[in-house]
Amino acid sequence: MFLTDRGKLWTVFVIVLALAILAPFASAYVILLVTQALILAILAMSLDILLGFTGLPSLGQAAYLGMGAYLTAILATRYDFGLGWSFWVVIVLGILIGAATAALFGLFAIRAAGVSFLMITLALGMCVWGLAYRWNSMTGGDNGINIPARPKFGIQLADGVTYYYLVLFFFVMSLAMLYVLIKSPFGRSLVGIRERELRMRILGYNTWLHKYIAFVIAGGFGGLAGVLWAHLNGIVSPQVVVLATSVDALLMVVLGGPGTLVGGAIGAAVVVFLRDYLSTVVPWWQYVLGGVYVLTILYLPGGLMGIPARIRRWREEQAGPGQEKKR
Amino acid sequence: MNTQFWLIQAFNGISYGALLFLLASGLTLIFGVMRIVNLSHGAYFLLGGYVALSVIAATGSWLLALPVAAAVVAVIGLLMERIFLRRVGFDPLRQVLLTVGFAFLFQQAALDIWGGDNLDITPPDMLRGSTVLGGLHFPMYRIFMIATAIVVGTILWLMMEKTRAGAMIRAAVDDSEMARGVGIDTSRVSMFIFALGAFLAGLGGVVGGAFLGVYPGLDFEILPIAFAVVIIGGMGSLTGAAVGSLIVGLADNFGKALFPEISYFTLYAPMVLILALKPTGLFGRE
Repeated sequence: MFLTDRGKLWTVFVIVLALAILAPFASAYVILLVTQALILAILAMSLDILLGFTGLPSLGQAAYLGMGAYLTAILATRYDFGLGWSFWVVIVLGILIGAATAALFGLFAIRAAGVSFLMITLALGMCVWGLAYRWNSMTGGDNGINIPARPKFGIQLADGVTYYYLVLFFFVMSLAMLYVLIKSPFGRSLVGIRERELRMRILGYNTWLHKYIAFVIAGGFGGLAGVLWAHLNGIVSPQVVVLATSVDALLMVVLGGPGTLVGGAIGAAVVVFLRDYLSTVVPWWQYVLGGVYVLTILYLPGGLMGIPARIRRWREEQAGPGQEKKR
Repeated sequence: MNTQFWLIQAFNGISYGALLFLLASGLTLIFGVMRIVNLSHGAYFLLGGYVALSVIAATGSWLLALPVAAAVVAVIGLLMERIFLRRVGFDPLRQVLLTVGFAFLFQQAALDIWGGDNLDITPPDMLRGSTVLGGLHFPMYRIFMIATAIVVGTILWLMMEKTRAGAMIRAAVDDSEMARGVGIDTSRVSMFIFALGAFLAGLGGVVGGAFLGVYPGLDFEILPIAFAVVIIGGMGSLTGAAVGSLIVGLADNFGKALFPEISYFTLYAPMVLILALKPTGLFGRE
């Protein structure tokens, strides 16, 4: 249960392998749910870079998801672009537009801290929502934009399992890249900023720039998730960028365990299970969702990933003082 | 576009701002005194409307629905603060997620109790017509909204400036630690403010119910707008809430009339600029 770093890597590897091997045996509906969870996991992990590692609770992460998704839909419907091999160009453009939006937003947001940061990211997210909702000639307003078909280039992404494998590929790539990022000296200094920004500044770090770069990187991954999200659903509407999406992303990270990366993925799985599966089964699913929010905050400060550590601490207390830790 | 257009739009903006003031004045006090980012505030507004509908259905009295609905919502807010929010402390992220969780719970409860239809509160006949002034028609209900906001604003101002309780609240806004130090029971102040904020939101919900309607999703539609008011005006400042409500009400109306395609953008972009340039808002204090 209490794993070393290498053990954790192996666990993640085995889970990804299982996801890859088991897919052809699952029903189309389960595939759809897991695909959704993997895309939102990318979004949640991008937010974890801000919230978990840098200590910046962004209340507008859905904005980047929306930018990527709308870019994909607009290119596909207006310019017939991105439905063949050019899909890969759209992936790059999606990442770039997410990063560029974050680069613009970061100029305003990074100066703020605490409540102000929450509020300014909320306002920035609402700006994007407002444009999506009202800019009819560009975004189709409330109705959104229907994307004619998923891309095909040799392989048919219209097939649910094929698309799932594509998303799984991007999920693994994102996880790997973000893992490398947080293990890098840059990632270490982000944690330093989270723990005590003043000390980092005194040590000579440009903390503004560090936070800004983290913000832009998170935006890029959000944009990537947006492109994948657009093709998964075939429709992009303002529903993607509502406040609830940003709040859900926060919950995913806090529920899974901030500062753990994979925690965000676990949280995404739980939220998708509640919102998209349970909601089709029982009419009162939102009690469960609301309850998960409340209980997470009251009883799971470290998230699900923090449970092993809590058990360990509890056991040590049970063992009583004076005894050596046995492991 | 003539004078008439500008006058009518300005009047509509001011009356919408009056409604926003009811919602935002409570939110700004909660923000200022308790440093709580309350994302349930939109749900309070919606619940106010729903409870009023039930009161009207049971008694037929719209006038009775106003205080009853507001009081019910105040009790809900009070319980939420005492039982849950106090345990969370000052971490804004945890407050946000906790209050969102409650907003979802209230949403589902409202859906179960009152159903998913778009409902409407019918105001008494007296408020249904319109007044003609200088050739322009002014709906009575919008005039009523403005009057309500003025009355509520005046009472709040008197309370804050002229009473002992108000002095204690202002002390808690300025420096809560120091206020505790001189013997002010800030925990009771917080409880009172939270209940008052919920009361005002509930009242706003009843008043707004005849104007915006009462429907699922209204809570999260109105919430960010209330935050825009609070941020522009400055957290914790009543004057700020009043001015902010006017600005946002007018910006919303003129935005929709003049630049419909970017109308919400014209609402939230000023919020971003204020936060970036002057995080304390127009009237907030350091």
